[in-house]
Amino acid sequence: MQTSRLYSLIFRNFTKTYYKPKFGNLNIHKNYFHATRATNEADKTAPPAEGFMTEVAQSKFVKNTREEALNNPELEETNVAQGETKKMNMFQAINDAMRIALDTDDTAVIFGEDVAFGGVFRCTMGLTEMFGKDRVFNTPLTEQGIAGFGIGMAAMGHTAIAEIQFADYIFPAFDQIVNEAAKYRYRSGGIFDVGGLTVRSPCSAVGHGGHYHSQTPEGYFTHTPGLKIVMPRSPIQAKGLLLASIRDRNPVIFFEPKILYRSAVEQVPIDDYELPLSKAEILKTGKDVTIVGYGSQIYILEKAIQIAEKNIPGLSCELIDLRTILPWDVDMVAKSVNKTGRLVISHEAPQTSGFSAEISASIMERCFLRLEAPIQRVCGWDTPFPLVFEKFYVPDAIRCFDAIKEVVEY
Amino acid sequence: MLLPVSRVVTRVAACRGSFLFRGFSSESSSESVKYTLPETSFKTYKCDPPPLEIEVKKNEALDMYKDMVLMRRMETTADNLYKMKLIRGFCHLCTGQEAVPVGMEAACTRDDAIITAYRCHGYTLMRGATVHQIFAELMGRSTGISYGKGGSMHMFAKSFYGGNGIVGAQVPVGAGIAFTQKYLGVKNATFIIYGDGAANQGQVFEAFNMAALWELPAIFVCENNFFGMGTSAARSSANPNYYTRGEYVPGIRVNGMDVLAVKHSCAWAKEWTFSGKGPMVMEMVTYRYGGHSMSDPGTTYRTREEVQHMRSTNDPITGLRTKILEWGFATENDLKQYEKEARAIVDEAAEKAKNDPYPKESELWTDIYVRGTEPDSIRGRECEEIGTVHKS
Ligand SMILES: Cc1ncc(C[n+]2csc(CCOP(=O)(O)OP(=O)(O)O)c2C)c(N)n1
Ligand SMILES: [Mg+2]
Repeated sequence: MQTSRLYSLIFRNFTKTYYKPKFGNLNIHKNYFHATRATNEADKTAPPAEGFMTEVAQSKFVKNTREEALNNPELEETNVAQGETKKMNMFQAINDAMRIALDTDDTAVIFGEDVAFGGVFRCTMGLTEMFGKDRVFNTPLTEQGIAGFGIGMAAMGHTAIAEIQFADYIFPAFDQIVNEAAKYRYRSGGIFDVGGLTVRSPCSAVGHGGHYHSQTPEGYFTHTPGLKIVMPRSPIQAKGLLLASIRDRNPVIFFEPKILYRSAVEQVPIDDYELPLSKAEILKTGKDVTIVGYGSQIYILEKAIQIAEKNIPGLSCELIDLRTILPWDVDMVAKSVNKTGRLVISHEAPQTSGFSAEISASIMERCFLRLEAPIQRVCGWDTPFPLVFEKFYVPDAIRCFDAIKEVVEY
Repeated sequence: MLLPVSRVVTRVAACRGSFLFRGFSSESSSESVKYTLPETSFKTYKCDPPPLEIEVKKNEALDMYKDMVLMRRMETTADNLYKMKLIRGFCHLCTGQEAVPVGMEAACTRDDAIITAYRCHGYTLMRGATVHQIFAELMGRSTGISYGKGGSMHMFAKSFYGGNGIVGAQVPVGAGIAFTQKYLGVKNATFIIYGDGAANQGQVFEAFNMAALWELPAIFVCENNFFGMGTSAARSSANPNYYTRGEYVPGIRVNGMDVLAVKHSCAWAKEWTFSGKGPMVMEMVTYRYGGHSMSDPGTTYRTREEVQHMRSTNDPITGLRTKILEWGFATENDLKQYEKEARAIVDEAAEKAKNDPYPKESELWTDIYVRGTEPDSIRGRECEEIGTVHKS
């Protein structure tokens, strides 16, 4: 075998593109953050395995027309109320939010593994071309580094939008997020903060992701004062909540249910708008049972409610999307439970020490005398996330229906 | 902890496809040739290179050839099974990189340990799992290595500590395995494999330090295939000479497309650590022909010509094939026969796995805790409920 040819081929790569980055020299800096030529080409290829969700396609909560999209009290106060909308799926809405964030804030930059190429889920597609390689750039494979680097930038008052490729890979960054980002303001007595930091990360199941492409790790972070945790359910929500998260002066972790990237499509206002953090939304009013969820689980709950209301004549359920998981809108949930007397909470993460435990305890404290039945939690099993049992692992509509039945018949 | 491990061992020992296969060639032979590896095979850092003169035994060369052919066939079939949607989830193939697992295994005994990342099918096969077990795991069947609970990135065998999906996590784990070997006083080493992209995780450097500090029999092996997903090594690494990145740990860069160079250098690295010199960093320069995973066509960040060029000039199988013929170890017909046999083994394994049952629901909660110590109920509900819910 001709090893010398192998080496010449191999080193062609190295010698052409490799030189030591010298920060401080702007030109070298720009060259160093090398972008690809092929973002659009990449989009034509088969989509990554993020799955599809039939429940979303049939959902009544999805805004298919401009009128539906703008018929929203939260948008009335914004400047998009009279504006145009455009059909976008969730990754496009997220992309749009980041475009606006970079456009309106000169200090904002986006970085993460392969983001200059558009990222695994195409959320940053075209942004390098639009804003340059020094504002949208690839990092090495280093989650702890990514988080720490973002914290440093944010401590200087800049806006750092970091992507962790999958929520399952956020754990190497756990220390930086929990010990550094969350406590910076408190530790320094307010001299420093990392308010400009937003960490975006795709989460939750798609049906065949296995142990490391399926987890929903919000519960590890909701235990940490100083962080905000947000999870959108749709394109309109994603755009408004992401812009609010980026501009919020606290570190925010923004979890994006990856099954929605392509399967959730809405008419999204094209202008700049924010949706409020720490404010839940009542998606459907009802008088008998309060049902709380967030992210893609909302559509499973919608279906469970349909089954329940069909099977139990006269039943009416109230569905609340928490949207911000920390700090959460306890008032809205308590008010609803004080009305209905029953509560069902559902999320994909395992039950034990999941966020539903926190909701359950807080509501028990606030609404004890009004509760007609024990609060039900419908969650992932307390097991790892097994490839072959995924459909079975997730809290599907039947299991959610079962819990509704339980509280009604108690 | 002992329980699941011993269970895997029995299952592996029960049916060893690749070793049945090895039996085909076992006619007599102590024939061997003396061969001088090309000078470009190695480049070292803080150590002298291994001698280039090696002896190649006929059986050994034929075995390595068969293993590489079987491995490629297996990966090609996995690719097809994926396209038929029989394999779901994430799947990372090692087509093009066969010389590394095959050459490394040839330098190892079953008591040496290996640990790698998610591109693990080849290593799993070499460590004694069968093609059938690998396919069954990929397809989520009960006959798979972890009963179908893991899939592509989660494969294990005796002295093979996985199959690890979190990039970089396996590296300090490998240092711990090496420490234990040293503690036990056994003459074994641990090969710790990671990619050029993974080389930038902090954990890798933490492991280098521990291994050097305690002079562990840890052999760090960077499989440099030039890309971590779509990012080229030159764009991810301030120093892409991975064999020098241990700083205080000596290193060697190896032509990882030449199975003989891989085998020889791995044996040499083992000798290095056995002689009390501590760890070694190896860089296996290799190339993956396919995309990073099944959703990546692998042609957006490099040209088709580059892939084609590597295939036609540096293919590890063709390289060894030429030498085997040149040395008269086998005839063209013999080799064709091996290729046919590999195809038959793989086809049969795929067929068998396709017909295998899915695991029982009870597998959902086995192996979370050691048997007998698990909680009585999971998720606060009774296990019996599962049956009902599943049917509904
Ligand atoms: C902690 C972590 N971050 C990110 C990923 C996603 N990911 C999987 S493989 C990969 C690229 C790794 O490249 P390299 O180490 O060169 O290995 P190769 O795929 O070339 O074998 C990335 C970013 C992961 N699995 N784990
Ligand atoms: Mg690589």
